[in-house]
Amino acid sequence: MSALLEVSGLQVAFGELRAVRGVSLTVGKGQTLAVVGESGSGKSITSLAVMGLLPAQARVVEGEISLDGVNLLDLAPEELRRLRGEELAMIFQDPLSALNPSLTVGYQIAEVFRRRRGASRAVATGRAVEAMAEVGIPDAAERAKAYPHEFSGGMRQRVMIAMALALEPRLLIADEPTTALDVTVQAQILRLLRERQRAGLAMIIISHDLGVVARTAQSVVVMYAGQAVESGTVAEVYGTPAHPYTLGLMAASPSARTGRRGIRPIDGNPPDLTALPSGCAFHPRCPFARERCRTETPALRPLPSGRTSACHFAEEVLAHDRAAGA
Amino acid sequence: MTEQPVLELVDLVAGYRTRRGVFGRRGLIRAVDGVNLTVGAGETVCLVGESGCGKSTVARSVVNLLAPVSGEVRFAGRSLASMDRRELRAMRREVQLVFQDPYASLNPRMTVRELITEAWRIHPGIVARERWDAEVAELLERVGLNPAHAARHPHQFSGGQRQRICIARALSVRPRLIVCDEAVSALDVSIQAQILALLGKLRDELGVAYLFITHDLGVVRHFADRVAVMHLGTVVETGATEQIYSSPAHPYTQALLSAAPSVDDWRDRGGEEIVLRGDVPSPARPPAGCRFHTRCWRAEQRCDTEVPALEERGVGHPVACHYASVATGLDGLGIADPAR
Ligand SMILES: Nc1ncnc2c1ncn2[C@@H]1O[C@H](COP(=O)(O)OP(=O)(O)OP(=O)(O)O)[C@@H](O)[C@H]1O
Ligand SMILES: Nc1ncnc2c1ncn2[C@@H]1O[C@H](COP(=O)(O)OP(=O)(O)OP(=O)(O)O)[C@@H](O)[C@H]1O
Ligand code: SF4
Ligand SMILES: [Mg+2]
Ligand SMILES: [Mg+2]
Repeated sequence: MSALLEVSGLQVAFGELRAVRGVSLTVGKGQTLAVVGESGSGKSITSLAVMGLLPAQARVVEGEISLDGVNLLDLAPEELRRLRGEELAMIFQDPLSALNPSLTVGYQIAEVFRRRRGASRAVATGRAVEAMAEVGIPDAAERAKAYPHEFSGGMRQRVMIAMALALEPRLLIADEPTTALDVTVQAQILRLLRERQRAGLAMIIISHDLGVVARTAQSVVVMYAGQAVESGTVAEVYGTPAHPYTLGLMAASPSARTGRRGIRPIDGNPPDLTALPSGCAFHPRCPFARERCRTETPALRPLPSGRTSACHFAEEVLAHDRAAGA
Repeated sequence: MTEQPVLELVDLVAGYRTRRGVFGRRGLIRAVDGVNLTVGAGETVCLVGESGCGKSTVARSVVNLLAPVSGEVRFAGRSLASMDRRELRAMRREVQLVFQDPYASLNPRMTVRELITEAWRIHPGIVARERWDAEVAELLERVGLNPAHAARHPHQFSGGQRQRICIARALSVRPRLIVCDEAVSALDVSIQAQILALLGKLRDELGVAYLFITHDLGVVRHFADRVAVMHLGTVVETGATEQIYSSPAHPYTQALLSAAPSVDDWRDRGGEEIVLRGDVPSPARPPAGCRFHTRCWRAEQRCDTEVPALEERGVGHPVACHYASVATGLDGLGIADPAR
C-alpha cells in the first residue's frame, strides 16, 4: 500500500493553546481512514490543516503534511488553492452554511466547472446536472434550479458531495458528514460514500460515532487531547484496543446490536487543553495508570502488526483484552 | 400491571397553528396524531423516531406546555384537563423535564445552590429551610458533583456536569416521572455513559419513571424497558425492548434498526441494510393511507388508502402495518460490507 497522504508530527497552536499536539496519520491510495475522538480533541483542526484552511489565528508549529511526496506546508497559497478541488476536497457537518443561500444549487455546482475547467455556461450547467444525478438527486435538471433552503438536510449533503467530487479529487475529507442527519438519511449518505470508495476514492472520515466509522473505514486513528493515541485497522483497534482510552470508549458505547450489557462510563472529565495533566494526558482517568504515567509522556510507538499506541503499558492493555475474551 | 400507571396518553392529538394559508384559514400541523402510550411506575419507556416525527411535541404535552387538540394526558389516573390550578401545580412538581441543551435551561446568573433551591422556594413544604444546605449537598453528591462547588455558576462546569446540575434540579422536587428529551444526545460517549449510569441508579434507588426521548438506538436498547417507535406523528410499533430489537415487525422499525450504525459493525455481517428511498414527508401534509407508504419497500396498493391501526397482528406486540411480519432479528438485517 503506497501512501497518498502522510501527516507526521503535526502540531497546531492557537496562541499559547496547543490544539493539535503531535498527530501522525497515513492514508493509502483508495483507502479510508477514520479519525475518532471526543469533542475538542483536535479532529477538525487536523483536517483543516491538511486542507490548508486553518483559521487565521491558528499556526502550524511543527510537522509535515505530504501528498504524494509533496509537502503541502511548503506550497504557495495559489498552488494549494489549485490542489483543493483537484486533489483534495472536504465536506462538513453543516452543508447549509457552506452553500450560498441566494444562488441556485445548480449554479453553485456549475461555478466549479466554469472557474476551474473554463467550461461555458451551457456545458457547466449540463455537468452540474450530471453531478447531481450521480449523487442520487432525483429530477436533477429540475432540482438544479432550486435554492439550498428548498432541499432537505440529506439532499443538501448530497449537493456538497457532488460539489466536492466535481473535479474528481483523489482524497475526500468528510468531517462529521452525517452527524446532523437522521439514521435513515445517514444510511443513504454512507451508501453513497461507499460507492465512491469502491470507485477508488480515498477518504478521511471524521466522526465521534464509532458505528459510522466501523461501517466506512479500513483503519482508524483515535485522538485524545490533541494527540493520536492509537491507530490500526478498524478490526484491530475495535476488537483489541491497545490504549486504555480506546478500551474505555468501547466499553462506554451502547450497541444497538447486542442485548443489554452494562455500559461502563469513563471516569472523570475530558481534559482542559489549557491545563493539561502532566505526563500522559489521560492518566487522571486511566485505570492502568502508575507513577510513571504522571511524569513521563508516552510517545506513539509501533506495536506488532503495524499498529501503534501511545501508552506505556500498551502490552498490558492488549493482554487485558485477551483476558476479557475480546 | 396492577399498579396505577404514572402516565397515560389516550388518543392524544397535539400540534401547532400555522399562519394563514392560501385560503385565509389557519391550519393545524397535527405533529402528534392519535398517540396511545402508558408509562408504569418506575418504568422506562423510550420514544424513538426521526427528526420531526413529534417526540418533543409529546414531551411538551406531557409537561402541560402544550394543550392537546383532542385526547387526554392522564397523570396517576387523572386527566390534566380535569385538574384545577392547585392540582396542576402539584402535578408540575411530580413531572420534570430535562432537555438536550443544559446550558439553555440554566440561568447563568444563578449559582448551583440557587438553581437547586429555586423549586423549594416556589413550592414550600418540600424541604424545610434549615435542611436546604444538607439537601443541596446530598443532591450534588447523588449526581456525582462536588458539594463544595454549590456556589459556582453554570459556565464553570463542563457540558456533562451541567446536565448533572439539570438532573439534580429535576430531582430536587422528588418527581415520579422525568421526561428526558434528548438529554444525553449532545454529550460525548464517555460522558453520556456517566449520565445514563446516573439515571439508571436513580431509577433503582428512587423508583423514578422515565419517558426517555432519543434518536440513538444503541442508548435505547440499553436503557429502556419498553420502546415506542414513532413515525410522522403516530406510534407504529411498541413492545418490550428486546422484543422490538430481536423481532421488529414494522418495515419502518426494520429500516431504522438495520440502518443504525453500531460499534459492533466491524465484525463481518452479511446482508444489506435497508436504505429508504426519498425524503421524509412533512407532518403538515402527511400521506394518505399508511403514512409510511411513500418510503416503504413492502407497500401494496391498499397501503395508499387504508390506515393501518396499531394492534396485535400475531407478532407478540402491537404493530401498525397491514403486512407486519417479524424480520429474523437484526442478524437477518445485517449491514453491507464496508468497502474492505
Ligand atoms: N478558532 C479557534 N480559536 C481558538 N481555539 C480553537 C479554535 N478552533 C478550535 N479551537 C480549539 O482547538 C481544539 C480542537 O478543536 P477541533 O475543532 O479540532 O475539535 P474536534 O475534535 O473537531 O471536536 P468536535 O468533535 O467538537 O468537532 C479545541 O479545544 C478548540 O477549543
Ligand atoms: N412551535 C412550532 N410551530 C410550528 N410547528 C412546529 C413547532 N414545533 C414543532 N413543529 C413541527 O412539528 C413537528 C414535530 O416536531 P417535534 O419537535 O415534536 O419533533 P421531534 O420528533 O422532537 O424532532 P427532533 O428529533 O428534531 O427533535 C415538526 O414537523 C416540526 O416542524
Ligand atoms: S500511559 Fe498510563 S495513563 Fe496513559 S493510557 Fe497508558 S496506562 Fe493510562
Ligand atoms: Mg470537529
Ligand atoms: Mg425534539
